[in-house]
Amino acid sequence: MAERERSHTRPLGGVFVPHSQVLSGADVQRALIRMAHEVAERNGGLEDVVIVGLRTGGVSLARQMAVALELSEGAPLPVGTLDVAFYRDDIGLRPVLPEAATDIPVDLTGRVVVLVDDVLFTGRTVRAALNALGDFGRARAVQLAVMVDRGHRELPIRPDYVGKNLPTRREEMVDVSDDGVAIGTLMPR
Amino acid sequence: MNHLLSVADLGADGIAEVLRVAEAFAEVERRAIPKVPTLRGRVVATLFFEESTRTRLSFETAAKRLSADVLSLSVATSSVKKGESLRDTVETVEALGIDALIVRHSSSGAPEQVARWVDRARVVNAGDGWHEHPTQALLDCFTVRQVVAERQGADPASLGIDCFRGLNVLIVGDIRHSRVARSEVLAYDAVGARVTVAAPGSLLPASLDGWPVTVAADLDTALADADVVSLLRLQAERGSGSFVPTLREYTADWGLTARRVARLKPGAIVTHPGPMVRGVEIASDVADLPSVVATRQVTNGVAVRMAVLFLMLGSGAAIEPLEAVHG
Repeated sequence: MAERERSHTRPLGGVFVPHSQVLSGADVQRALIRMAHEVAERNGGLEDVVIVGLRTGGVSLARQMAVALELSEGAPLPVGTLDVAFYRDDIGLRPVLPEAATDIPVDLTGRVVVLVDDVLFTGRTVRAALNALGDFGRARAVQLAVMVDRGHRELPIRPDYVGKNLPTRREEMVDVSDDGVAIGTLMPR
Repeated sequence: MNHLLSVADLGADGIAEVLRVAEAFAEVERRAIPKVPTLRGRVVATLFFEESTRTRLSFETAAKRLSADVLSLSVATSSVKKGESLRDTVETVEALGIDALIVRHSSSGAPEQVARWVDRARVVNAGDGWHEHPTQALLDCFTVRQVVAERQGADPASLGIDCFRGLNVLIVGDIRHSRVARSEVLAYDAVGARVTVAAPGSLLPASLDGWPVTVAADLDTALADADVVSLLRLQAERGSGSFVPTLREYTADWGLTARRVARLKPGAIVTHPGPMVRGVEIASDVADLPSVVATRQVTNGVAVRMAVLFLMLGSGAAIEPLEAVHG
């Protein structure tokens, strides 16, 4: 377990100091492949499915899920990224900055959007993402895939695909990377 | 970001931040519905004590695309005509609960004075006399980076401000009366470009002491070295007509004519803040060349001003470090 720089973690970044490793990198890969199969199973294939990764933590997971789906279903599918900074409900309350431009490659009208993020916590990011998606067309359905559901929801939001349900304390931080999932604390720099 | 009165308020890091955030807003502008709810409930007022087409429209478009409410005060129809002072006008506007004031004024320093008077509103300088026009310089940098990125097939945001390092920027025309020139000099210098100015002696400032620029001995030689040429308009409303013998002579000596365009490096970018006076600082057929990016500057102006308003009103709130906000 190594300390890791989290420059983009709100509000100002810091250094993530892990306390306990919950999943290994291989566990994350297995969970991702299982979730990819669940996506294909639930939607009866990949017709109209678009994968959208949330900035920043969901982007790489979304790409890996798309690769897994392409391998198992034999067809490529559109992958986008979404930055929800402009839709957050804490604008004006704390520093909010976009991390990169959003990239949604197709009109979402009539599509099934699978939103992918690393950690589901309060649900506020997902709420912002749902609003943002509405500006790209009327999706037929939006589904939510997260590597970790750590609880503490503040909004009525529930994931469709979960890598790992992880009970946490509110002040803890969950870090998801290619090296796995760890619980720890965010220390100031 | 508190107020934006001068490019000097930003420095290289601030410019980089504005350009980065503007790139995210440029994506918003390309959407079918180019509007985000970011500044809902905020009120932006444009206070223009001097005429303008594009700057005012650009700021108002930017504010509306951020879902802010926009009030616009134009002097011709306001109490200023009845003799109300600038200070009273500003106090009135602030008493209405306005969050940002976009100020254009013919007197240099007016926005700075306004910024001293306001209590909580943020002030953006949208051009003050001969002094500065910071958002214009920012959108010029944004546009230059965009063109450079396109040619390299790169993502503009990934270039940061490193792409300006060592670029030769040549500013041609009425340097003396141009607020755009002052802001551009500060901005291009801050991001590491080399700035040269070219103008008849009468249109150079009385002193260039402290300006990080070189004065071109000869326009034709300077053009051959330039990566970016920033053309300025003769500021007839500030009396620059009397600083040149005749417009025809100005054009012959300092205008971007077809003959001079041929001297440019391949790939040189020509910017113009508008309004363009065809036949004076730029020949009409030159103005329509693809290397002249004036229209693109106007388009980019909206994204850049969205970024400025957002950094000012949206993201600059009090910082609560270490609160668990992930998710």
